[in-house]
Amino acid sequence: MEYSQKVMEHFMNPKNVGEIVNPDGVGTCGNPVCGDLMTFYIKVEPKTDDLNSARIVDIRFKTFGCAAAIAVASMASEMVKGKTLSEIKNLTRNEVAEELDGLPPIKLHCSNL
Amino acid sequence: MIYLDYNATAPTDPRVIEAMRTYFAELYANPSSIHTPGQKAKQAVEHSREVLANFLNARPEEVYFTSGGTEADNLAIKGLAFAQDKRKKIIYSSIEHHAVMNTCKYMSKFGYEIISVPVDRYGVVDLNFIEEKTDEDTLIISVMHANNEVGTIQPIREIAQIAHKYGAVFHTDAVQTVGKIDIDIMELEVDMLSLSGHKFYGPKGVGALIVKKGIKFDALLHGGHHERNHRAGTENVPGIVGLAKACELAQAEIPDEEKRLKELRDRLWQGLNSQISEIQLNGHPEKRLANTLNFSVKYVEGESLILSLNAESICASTGSACSSGSLEPSHVLLAMGIPAEIAHGSLRFSLGRWTKPEEIEKVIDVLPGIVEKLRQMSPLYKK
Ligand SMILES: Cc1ncc(COP(=O)(O)O)c(C=O)c1O
Repeated sequence: MEYSQKVMEHFMNPKNVGEIVNPDGVGTCGNPVCGDLMTFYIKVEPKTDDLNSARIVDIRFKTFGCAAAIAVASMASEMVKGKTLSEIKNLTRNEVAEELDGLPPIKLHCSNL
Repeated sequence: MIYLDYNATAPTDPRVIEAMRTYFAELYANPSSIHTPGQKAKQAVEHSREVLANFLNARPEEVYFTSGGTEADNLAIKGLAFAQDKRKKIIYSSIEHHAVMNTCKYMSKFGYEIISVPVDRYGVVDLNFIEEKTDEDTLIISVMHANNEVGTIQPIREIAQIAHKYGAVFHTDAVQTVGKIDIDIMELEVDMLSLSGHKFYGPKGVGALIVKKGIKFDALLHGGHHERNHRAGTENVPGIVGLAKACELAQAEIPDEEKRLKELRDRLWQGLNSQISEIQLNGHPEKRLANTLNFSVKYVEGESLILSLNAESICASTGSACSSGSLEPSHVLLAMGIPAEIAHGSLRFSLGRWTKPEEIEKVIDVLPGIVEKLRQMSPLYKK
């Protein structure tokens, strides 16, 4: 399995690993049976009802997954940090994968998460 | 670099390389040629055949050289099937290497009923199941001697005896045992046996199928009259010479080496098990290859472990899906009843001729920290 330099960097030194106490949002997807499980925690400001203008001020993740899953989570967390929810709602897995200089085809499913 | 992936492949022993050298640029003639250099090459091939036969207690005319373990497995199963049309059942174990498993599956295309034998949680095949399924319609039972992933050694003599009761042929893929433990095919009552050079310090791309005299099988490769019409193609003379040299070296070293490796392996397990919580051994506690240690690390994924070890210049392997190019974890671990999420966290260390105690200590030093770092990242891990 050949990974890009960027994937390996994020795998060895992942950004934003951890949990947030009292988060404004939590999302989990995947299934450990398939070898992938990921949980994201976010904190947003301002806390309005208008979700589109809410900005991600902190994001953390935990994952049971391969190097690709870790790198994708790390990269995605960097890409969305500081952005409003409306700015990121169209972010696709391909954009994350591109930022990582690509993923092996079999690994693209990891970025689905 | 600390190489602990000998079950995947081993370095070629310098003494093997030395033995092969002459057969590239000097004694390069074709063994089928009748001039003197050709006859010298032929003698080298025939001498090698005798060495293999002697090593396994077979006869020279029972040795057929192939391009490796995969070809030997294919030749045994397909060769046997294509040489007859009476028996229509093929029995193989659920933990076979893909070289056997996918060959058996392929044969169902030709009207063969294929039956996969379950194993217990240590990876030992269910003898009662084999006894129940074997009958006069059974062509072949193929069960590997030792498993490449977990190292469990199978009761092949008992299986051979069941096969023989019904006139079926018993084949064993001994790719992981030849050169590691003493093998006497007469004593084991094996009819066909596959072996591969690169697993025991010989070159890659050469192996052999041993077939007991009297068993009829067809060639897969048709052409010249090589290997008594059972495997056409100019012989890989340097490879065959290297394979024979590897057998000679193994024959001299097996007893001491088995003992040395077992001590190192057990030290590795004891060192890791005393420092890392929630790890479990995969494979049989005793009936197992002396060089193989497979275990699962709960809450983390194997590929991440392998790449983290790799960053420390330690080479090992995993049964995780993420390393296999498929999305399923190891079929061997699943067949042993290990849950998928535990199978994803499996690690295999396989030791060999150049493994030193310092290297084992280094792994014991480094791995606990790697596991802790990955567990801290895992949503499944609650401290
Ligand atoms: C048990 C077993 N059978 C067969 C093979 C295939 O052997 P080769 O690589 O020589 O084709 C291997 C090695 O990968 C193996 O471990």
